Amino acid sequence: MRPPLTAIQQSTETGYEPTMECVVKTENLGRRFGRRWAVARVDLSVAAGERLLVIGPNGCGKTTLLRILATVLPPSQGRLELLGDAPSPRGRIGLMGHETGVYEDLSAAENLSVFARLGGADPANIPTLLATVGLDTRTDAVSSFSAGMRRRLALAHLLQAQPDLALLDEPFAQMDPGGIAQVSRSIQALPGAVIIASHQVHHAAPLCTRAVLMDEGQIRWTGPANQAEAAWRALHKERGDL
Amino acid sequence: MKTVLDVLWKDALIEWRARARTVALLSFAYTVLLLFAFAIGPDAAALRQHAGAYLWLGMLLCSTLLLDRTMRIEFEADAIQRLLLTPVSAPGLFFGKALSNTLQLWLVGLFSVPLVIVVCDASLVEHVGTLLLTIALGGAGLAAPGTLYSAMLARLSGRQLLLPLMLFPLVVPVIVAAVKTTSLVMLGDPMEQTDSWMLLLLCFNLVYWSLCGVLFGRVVEA
Repeated sequence: MRPPLTAIQQSTETGYEPTMECVVKTENLGRRFGRRWAVARVDLSVAAGERLLVIGPNGCGKTTLLRILATVLPPSQGRLELLGDAPSPRGRIGLMGHETGVYEDLSAAENLSVFARLGGADPANIPTLLATVGLDTRTDAVSSFSAGMRRRLALAHLLQAQPDLALLDEPFAQMDPGGIAQVSRSIQALPGAVIIASHQVHHAAPLCTRAVLMDEGQIRWTGPANQAEAAWRALHKERGDL
Repeated sequence: MKTVLDVLWKDALIEWRARARTVALLSFAYTVLLLFAFAIGPDAAALRQHAGAYLWLGMLLCSTLLLDRTMRIEFEADAIQRLLLTPVSAPGLFFGKALSNTLQLWLVGLFSVPLVIVVCDASLVEHVGTLLLTIALGGAGLAAPGTLYSAMLARLSGRQLLLPLMLFPLVVPVIVAAVKTTSLVMLGDPMEQTDSWMLLLLCFNLVYWSLCGVLFGRVVEA
């Protein structure tokens, strides 16, 4: 097991109190691909409405952790409790992953309309949602969208679903400065708990209250989000990257 | 039922927006039928004798293209993951997708019949209803296992080769029953065997649709 990161002090403030309603609780969570553990011994609690930032180097297990929390990837070991052990939490979880999950042949409005029907959301909100992410003027098929615009549409899906737990994997990837501002505003508008995995700490940290640093599948540091950048620098220094 | 209709509506919308692909599929069906006719040559008796087989071989070849395409739409940007995170049941998703594939296979069948009649000099004027029912049951019998297998193979790079390899052996009973029924419709049925073959088609449909509906959830989750 990797030791806690000593170069920066571990915070005793977890942001989570036992009295709070818990949307995510994991104990000794792990996921193995072949002989390699992508996520190992993760103990994590996230309170309702909390904003958690997950940082760490490439391949440290951030995406795997988010996919496990989204229930699209079963864990190999450990215990996972979502939304108070709700029997069917899926409809209350939103995931914005590396893939955008959109239909290329449909327009942005049609994509939202499809998932509004399937998810029971109100289709009357679609123009507002598209305006929020800056796609209200585009009526053409998503196949003609840039990568950043597709990610904005994926975010609109998340806003439409209004999940109790939103999981965002690299939400600022492929975004221009205007897009980053829109994404930040949209994340702030999400009603439930939010977990963001991002390398762009300077964009993500102001949106979060707490951060965890992952390395080789394990949580090495937990603390306030405003110290996340310092923790990451300490990790890089320890690894000899800096 | 609502989920099935919603998935069906979604697929219909996607197919309408990308209708050039449907035109290409129908063109492929015509090309296959014409190639069969050219391969046999100007032997009117042989063409008439095997008209049913040509129709269903054309349907079978088109089905692999269609099934791969309709499932790739779900997996290419991981829309399937978003679907699974909506309150949609896996069986509902399966029946919606399989019904959508069935409707498109019926379209291929209905478009192919006139060419089969012209090229193979086949006759069916008295039994149009029976032929339509055969196309309906045969198309459904291809679509149900095809939807399951295309989902199973959707993330693999060699899926276009693997799909026919896995699907064709499974649907042999459906193809045999459909070819036999179509031939009886076109050539006459002095022994009154049509009903038995039709019943066999119906039974295979019941098994495929119920079994695949149960297994689909496990396949997409894996």
